Amino acid sequence: MATEQMDGGRALIRALEEEGVEVMFGLPGGAILPVYDPIIDSSIRHILVRHEQGAGHMAEGYAQATGRPGVAMVTSGPAATNIVTPLCDAYLDSIPMVVITGQVPYPAIGTDAFQECDTTGITQSITKHNFLVTEAQDIPRTIKEAFHIATTGRPGPVLVDVPKDIVDPGNPRSAMTWTDDIQIDLPGYHPEVEVDPEGIRAAADLLRGAERPVLYVGGGILKARAVEALRELAELTGIGVVTTLMARGAFPDSHELCLGMPGMHGNFTAVTAMQESDLLVALGARFDDRVTGKLDGFAPDAKVVHVDIDPAELGKVRRPDVAIRGDVRVAIEALVVELLANGTGDVDRGAWRSRISGWQERFPLVYEPWVPGEALKPQHVIECLRDATPDDTIVSSGVGQHQMWASQYWKFDHPYTWINSGGLGTMGFSIPAAIGAKVAHPDRMVWAVDGDGCFQMTGQELVTATVENIPIKVALLNNSYLGMVRQWQEMFYEERYSEVFLSKDVPDYRMWAESMGCEAMRVDDPDEVEGAIAKANEVDDRPVVIDFRVAAEEKVYPMVPSGASNSELVVPPSQQGQPR
Amino acid sequence: MNVPAPEYRYHTLVVKVENRSGVLARVASLFARRAFNIESLAVAPTDDERFSRITVVVDLESAPLDQIVKQLNKLVNVVEIRELHPGHAVERELMLVTVTAEPNRRDEIVEHLDRAGGKVLSVGTDHMMLSLVGPPGRVDDFENLMRQFGIVELQRTGRVALASLDDVAD
Repeated sequence: MATEQMDGGRALIRALEEEGVEVMFGLPGGAILPVYDPIIDSSIRHILVRHEQGAGHMAEGYAQATGRPGVAMVTSGPAATNIVTPLCDAYLDSIPMVVITGQVPYPAIGTDAFQECDTTGITQSITKHNFLVTEAQDIPRTIKEAFHIATTGRPGPVLVDVPKDIVDPGNPRSAMTWTDDIQIDLPGYHPEVEVDPEGIRAAADLLRGAERPVLYVGGGILKARAVEALRELAELTGIGVVTTLMARGAFPDSHELCLGMPGMHGNFTAVTAMQESDLLVALGARFDDRVTGKLDGFAPDAKVVHVDIDPAELGKVRRPDVAIRGDVRVAIEALVVELLANGTGDVDRGAWRSRISGWQERFPLVYEPWVPGEALKPQHVIECLRDATPDDTIVSSGVGQHQMWASQYWKFDHPYTWINSGGLGTMGFSIPAAIGAKVAHPDRMVWAVDGDGCFQMTGQELVTATVENIPIKVALLNNSYLGMVRQWQEMFYEERYSEVFLSKDVPDYRMWAESMGCEAMRVDDPDEVEGAIAKANEVDDRPVVIDFRVAAEEKVYPMVPSGASNSELVVPPSQQGQPR
Repeated sequence: MNVPAPEYRYHTLVVKVENRSGVLARVASLFARRAFNIESLAVAPTDDERFSRITVVVDLESAPLDQIVKQLNKLVNVVEIRELHPGHAVERELMLVTVTAEPNRRDEIVEHLDRAGGKVLSVGTDHMMLSLVGPPGRVDDFENLMRQFGIVELQRTGRVALASLDDVAD
């Protein structure tokens, strides 16, 4: 067995290389300095961010675009606390990520040393697992364990906290022996992939007998690389598919069986089909409150088949009639085999299909057309962007109205082209996430759809994009407001607008973007939208920002009011007379 | 998975965990974060130094047992969880108590103590310190009996438990 003497810092970088890490995002500082030195000689590309939150979201964007774990490295104390938000974001959206944080020397822990904070304590409940490494010799094994945990079972973020003394070549505690034979030691971690055939048979029986079934598809389909299996199941059974916010692209929007996105701002057909169904087949979805609305009014007649890799999701929110624990791709493939062997049943679903197509005809996604004198329609901007970009364009978004419009009006026909913050709802996600995605796929077009509130939270990472030559494009839907909050205040707080107006002219986004090295444009007129997008698409040597001045009064429809049942879905004014 | 009869409000879980620093904090923080209530919790190393055993009595009014077990199982350092069904477990708890014991009432206290199976640990001018090991119900009863004399100080360990011998053989 080959062995080599080295210090813990070099061992850490070597361990990352052994895991196949090609790129990492980070920002150095005191406690992590010794680990930054060997980066100079490493094959790993390091992207120097401007704020540690950016590093975390970039790692998430990279992971969502590739399925490979994103890696971020920052120093102790304030850097560690700055990356807490991305950790929580990745935890709620089950994104594989490994974050390495510096820590004060081990003997100084507990003394309130400079830039000390209890990083593992703070991040305990927002990571899948975390480690405080105390011996240099443990570094390679811990890194291996971190990647194993982050990428297997239900993926998630893992944090490794590394005290300075065990990585600093000047400290004898950093001496260690590298060996190629590293065994992980996790006696309590055994994610189960295989599924119980009994459950598959029971699910198939329910499917065969259902008159109004719906496939309720969540982000787990993408995590499990189950897109093709899902399509086979849908086409074999002819059952309609709803794709949650985390699953946009998991089933093609252009497919005749696609019913669209369910949830608070889902389209009428997806929401109502679930609501009226007699069987929900939940595949890698977790009955999030934004999907179910008021829980005791949710899909009242539906039996539930629930497939999830995380057994704790089964029965957490809605009691399933058939619970299947395991990998969702394995489960779908087994279900397809069962249905091919024993038939898909002979229930006539013609009436259900015609109800669905009736909803699709009466309640499409619509917005009021633009009239002269008005500001731009944000939905129109998204439609123009969608029509002017290649089919495999990656879209990332922040959180708020622009996120919902992007999800609604884009056509997602490919998996891994939609990157957003679903569970945590992290404003400012889109720009750093787009950077991470573009680093992973430099040959593809990456557009960040952002709001002006979000842009002001993480816009500085465009400096990173320029300096590191990562030419993303940003469509800023600028309505001068925290738009989604404004919508709630208009609808539910009697139009009392409290602290939601940002500013009409400050900052000047074009000047700001130009100062960060971007090509920048401002668009006020609908006639200029397509031209500006075409011009942006031509630029490939630096980031582009287009400041689209959109109407502040525009609201996201449909909408299930908070706390209401999904049956109380509010449709846009033009559809309110339609029979449901 | 066996589901306890609904009349039981509390349920005992014996959780084998890796014997590493911070593991108890992870378990406690999980209970806090998921809003699961703990009735009592005791922790000590096992015969294998790599592992510790946590005996935790959970309040089933705060969350279904199934969720508590599944969420605990997600902790990477949790190796194994045994559910001890009420009536199928041997449960013990230790209580130390100092009571006011004027000389004319000591016989009465000792009589109660003997009946409960406890021990006198020390006797002062006006106080006695007693210990009792027993099933939690008997410890409760004895604690109530001692109130009339005046409890100066009292400490209970929380319960520890093992499966009854009939249930071990699996």
